[in-house]
Amino acid sequence: MKSEMICAGFGGQGVLTIGKFMVKAGMVEGKNVSWLPSYGPEMRGGTANVSTVISDKPVGSPIISYPDIVIALNQPSIDKFGYNIKAGGLLIYNEDMCPNGIDRDDIDIVKAPMSSIAIEIGSARVLNMVAIGIIIGRTGLVKIETMLDSIAPLKKKAPELYEMNVLAIEKGFEIGKKL
Amino acid sequence: MQIIATRPKTLTDLNFTYCPGCLHGVAHRLIAEAIDELGMRNQMMGVAPVGCSVFAYKFFNIDMQEAAHGRAPALATGMKRARPDMHVFTYQGDGDLAAIGTAEIVHAANRGEHITVFFVNNAIYGMTGGQMAPTTLPNMKTTTSPYGRDVDDIGYPIRVCELLDSLVAPYFIERVSLLSPAEIMKAKKTVLKALQYNKEERGFTFVEFVSTCPTNWGLDALESRNWARENMLPFFNVKNYRDKGKEA
Amino acid sequence: MSEKVLMKGNEAVAEAAIRAGCRLYFAYPITPQSELIEYMARMMPKVKGTFVQAESEIAAINMVYGASGCGKRVMTSSSSPGIALKQEGISYMAGANLPGVIVNVQRGGPGLGDIQPAQGDYFQATRGGGNGDYYTPVLAPSTVQEFADMASLAFDLADKYRNPVLILADGLLGQMMEPVEFQPYKTEEELKVLDNQHLDWCCCPNEDEPNHHHHEINSLEIDPVVLEQHVLKLGRKYEEITRNEQRWEDYDVNADNEILVVAFGTASRICKSAVDDLNAAGHNIGLVRPITLWPYPYDAVAKAVGPKVKKVIVFELNLGQMVQDVKLAVNGKVPVEFMGKVGGILFTPEEVLTKIRENL
Repeated sequence: MKSEMICAGFGGQGVLTIGKFMVKAGMVEGKNVSWLPSYGPEMRGGTANVSTVISDKPVGSPIISYPDIVIALNQPSIDKFGYNIKAGGLLIYNEDMCPNGIDRDDIDIVKAPMSSIAIEIGSARVLNMVAIGIIIGRTGLVKIETMLDSIAPLKKKAPELYEMNVLAIEKGFEIGKKL
Repeated sequence: MQIIATRPKTLTDLNFTYCPGCLHGVAHRLIAEAIDELGMRNQMMGVAPVGCSVFAYKFFNIDMQEAAHGRAPALATGMKRARPDMHVFTYQGDGDLAAIGTAEIVHAANRGEHITVFFVNNAIYGMTGGQMAPTTLPNMKTTTSPYGRDVDDIGYPIRVCELLDSLVAPYFIERVSLLSPAEIMKAKKTVLKALQYNKEERGFTFVEFVSTCPTNWGLDALESRNWARENMLPFFNVKNYRDKGKEA
Repeated sequence: MSEKVLMKGNEAVAEAAIRAGCRLYFAYPITPQSELIEYMARMMPKVKGTFVQAESEIAAINMVYGASGCGKRVMTSSSSPGIALKQEGISYMAGANLPGVIVNVQRGGPGLGDIQPAQGDYFQATRGGGNGDYYTPVLAPSTVQEFADMASLAFDLADKYRNPVLILADGLLGQMMEPVEFQPYKTEEELKVLDNQHLDWCCCPNEDEPNHHHHEINSLEIDPVVLEQHVLKLGRKYEEITRNEQRWEDYDVNADNEILVVAFGTASRICKSAVDDLNAAGHNIGLVRPITLWPYPYDAVAKAVGPKVKKVIVFELNLGQMVQDVKLAVNGKVPVEFMGKVGGILFTPEEVLTKIRENL
């Protein structure tokens, strides 16, 4: 098993965190993982992206040309990475910020109004947790229990945020499974 | 037999290799005597510069490091941080400290490093053969200012004590001269004070010696001192600029 | 070993250095190594260590010189243009037989270049870099784990040979996160042993005669006859390091290899992905990854060129620097091809795969 994923969006949408939580959970489950961010002037405001690999074997290239999975939180991210997804791969995108979607029928596509869902739950900040939930629901790349365990330290520090995160992950998980 | 004068323990047995009439030997001796008198020798280490006093690491009979040109205050910073229980001094000339090492001296002083810097200013590069220094006086002739230092072209000499006095952190800054026995005796007191503060971990201490270069000035020992008195002292005021010990 | 943590290379090497007994760190900020200096700024006070943000790269390496001359484990780090500035101090340290660890998180050059990963400092790193006849051992990690492990190795080599040691990473290894397992912290007892290992030559507390010492930390020998002997002695040290310290990894190297790939650091892990894909498709490609770039594992590269190898292909993130060493190693036995990327651009596994396939 080797899964190569690119998460992309505006700086500040938490795309780096999506990747970080996914590989951390993969690591806890005993997988080999790598997390490679785009860095430099793009860090603020522009399009941020992170390439992650979760694999049974040691990770060779952390650089991904043709991802298995793309998480796009805005339209520029689809335009930049969506057409490189391997045939039979998966695109998950944020309907609220991707008006044009993608013109492909050889990949699995999951779309959801992630921004709206996050705000409904209580904070735009949990947008990335909605995305994580969808990834897990759709792919089973890591177990949802592992993910929930990984945010458990928040419980004491910021109970309110913790509750929202749990809700967001669960909501995303349902969306991922249902579609 | 009663011994009334002897070589300071902090100097090695080597003969100084300085030119006749040069005052580096006097400055070395003052520092070595002060280290002996303050009982600091076993906890003292020093940094030699690049320039005429490059061999200072051979002359001071303590552990010494030889720095790249201008970097002595950076070495001293590393040394003091590595061995906070020991004391450190640097010994630097005007080219070393006020030209190539300007960043290092300003920032070591600005951090208030607990070190003592001895700065020997004779307004010329000695070792390399008499080139213009950052402290060369206006209109003064050197091998690289053969028509005299043109201040419109290359600027004025840098007054280092005044420059460092603009910083908040330094604890002690004083300029002394070595041009006569009386001035040397006075300078000794200043050296003692700076090293006493160093011993007490008060902060950054700085002593500038107004000195001479008979060889490259083309004068004999006495003439060079008279020349320095007439030309250097009006520009480089002999005075205390900072003494936080006195203020306190 | 502790449990695995997910960490950026820049932070992992800093943590590993502290665990290896480094309590003095001097540096100046530069992208893409800033996480390293920031980690040290956070952690050094917690272990009663010293962190100083120097006024320049030159000052930082000279602070390293001073602290090393006092016999302590000390480190600095930077990225390519900053490492260029440090060459003065590295040469002086080599001349004065001073240990010390320098981390270079390379970026694109020459000059200001850019801030993306590159391997353009290979020549500078492996040929001394500053003035005069000297070498520094150069360790080239290819994973975050290895980057961290090399901190301890670098200090051990530096102390053993009394020589500066360079860790040559790049922006990708500095910025990426991977799981890392750390060695335990040195105990108080172990730290004491480290602290006392250089007392016979370093600046340290003194005593009255007859036990008084006068140690000189110095790279100056004005008498040519004396300097000659000094440099010849350095030369014997470099020969000893060359004999003892060559490190490399053979990856799928066997007697039936059709093509041999040689790559180091980040480039090598990209190549491994391509090699995996080709070998899974029934080809037989071997890969040698030099881990020490100086001393260079010439014999290992030569030995890996099996009887069926048609070509050796070198992949680097520069215009072709290590390829010169590979040619020396292969010594005309088979053709040596090169593929490089510059400007902070990385080749993709697919580009590597295509290049190898063209030569099959």
